[in-house]
Amino acid sequence: MITKKVNNVQDAIKGIESGMTIMFGGFGLCGIPENTIAALVNTSISDLTCISNNAGVDDFGLGLLLQKKQIKKMISSYVGENAEFERQMLSGELEVELTPQGTLAERCRAAQAGIPAFFTPAGYGTEVAEGKEAREFNGKMHIMEHAFKADFAIVKAWKGDEAGNLIFKGTARNFNACMAGAGKITIAEVEELVPVGTLDPNQIHIPGIMVQRIFQGEKFEKRIEQRTVRIR
Amino acid sequence: MALSKEDIAKRIAKEVKDRYFVNLGIGIPTLVANYVREDIAVEFQSENGVLGMGPFPFEGEEDADIINAGKQTITTLPGASFFDSAFSFGMIRSQKVDLTILGAMEVSENGDIANWKIPGKMVKGMGGAMDLVASAENIIVAMMHVNKAGESKILKRCTLPLTGVGCVKKVVTELAVLEVTEKGFKLLERAPGVSVEHIIASTEADLIIEGEIPEMSI
Repeated sequence: MITKKVNNVQDAIKGIESGMTIMFGGFGLCGIPENTIAALVNTSISDLTCISNNAGVDDFGLGLLLQKKQIKKMISSYVGENAEFERQMLSGELEVELTPQGTLAERCRAAQAGIPAFFTPAGYGTEVAEGKEAREFNGKMHIMEHAFKADFAIVKAWKGDEAGNLIFKGTARNFNACMAGAGKITIAEVEELVPVGTLDPNQIHIPGIMVQRIFQGEKFEKRIEQRTVRIR
Repeated sequence: MALSKEDIAKRIAKEVKDRYFVNLGIGIPTLVANYVREDIAVEFQSENGVLGMGPFPFEGEEDADIINAGKQTITTLPGASFFDSAFSFGMIRSQKVDLTILGAMEVSENGDIANWKIPGKMVKGMGGAMDLVASAENIIVAMMHVNKAGESKILKRCTLPLTGVGCVKKVVTELAVLEVTEKGFKLLERAPGVSVEHIIASTEADLIIEGEIPEMSI
């Protein structure tokens, strides 16, 4: 067994430098690598290009890195209700590349799968298609999109073992499973790091070969963005 | 009388057929799930990675790891499954999802839709909307007929940056049900008590009106 275990988040983020491109898993606040983000907020690393579906909220997740102006560019599909993200984008302080969500996911998956580019119909005829090669397949127009190139991919899983095998829970799988292995180095933070041999190989979502560093997060706040309930 | 948002959702629910897989957007579309007939089998997909979405959880049973694309806490029904984002849009692009219902800022008579950006003022992002409208075979838009300034959102040509081209099949507003045809918008139904004249006056695009226009049954 080749171990991927690092002792803590500080060891996990070694080598992350200003100006790098980093993928962050999660959808909204669901399944974000919150321990790694918190550790990055406490560094002076800046000018990051971040690939993430969202940028957290104003006071949590990637929103914290935005607040500290550590991000130069965001590649995302949704700004939504993140006021600081919208403000920095509209004022021009932050460079933003908005990408259709399925294209964003596939650009991660393509990087993970060693495919340099692909064609998708999403965005054809819109400003997303500007400057991109368009081709007709089966009577329908598609545009060419490229795989991402990232220095680090940072993902969060429910359970993992020292071999780097990962299991996700619920909709927290989202972009995490597409980004694992999509960067030069993949860091996985897990809620529970279990001894090898504990996880059933049949149940592994991401095999350990995709993960270079794994650690158990110190604490998970797991904030809920829109708490919606029904009356009993 | 113009329909409430709930009534728009109720009318759209009638478009949901037995054995449909359906993707619901944020806002009015989310409400559609509340009004689908109980005697048909329908599964709701949410693009963040769940099929077989159920109702909101009871208080105290919320799980931060189980949400929909609107980031709301949800539950799952028996037979549900979770998957990653790439897989989720795979099932959308390969047209496994039968019906997409989403909101819009503008729709044009050739079926173009705009719903993600007002240049210089507001940028929400397209989220999964561009992928959904580029691939879904059946797209219904749920929206208000006019904006807050009283201007028609049903146009000859969209003025805002597009989300997709020539994709919308039907539009349901508080005033009317419109079908996008090769010749433009066809008025199918009007809200109870709303006159055809009122709909024409509230619509920038031309309307094809054939014979008596029935009232919607809600």
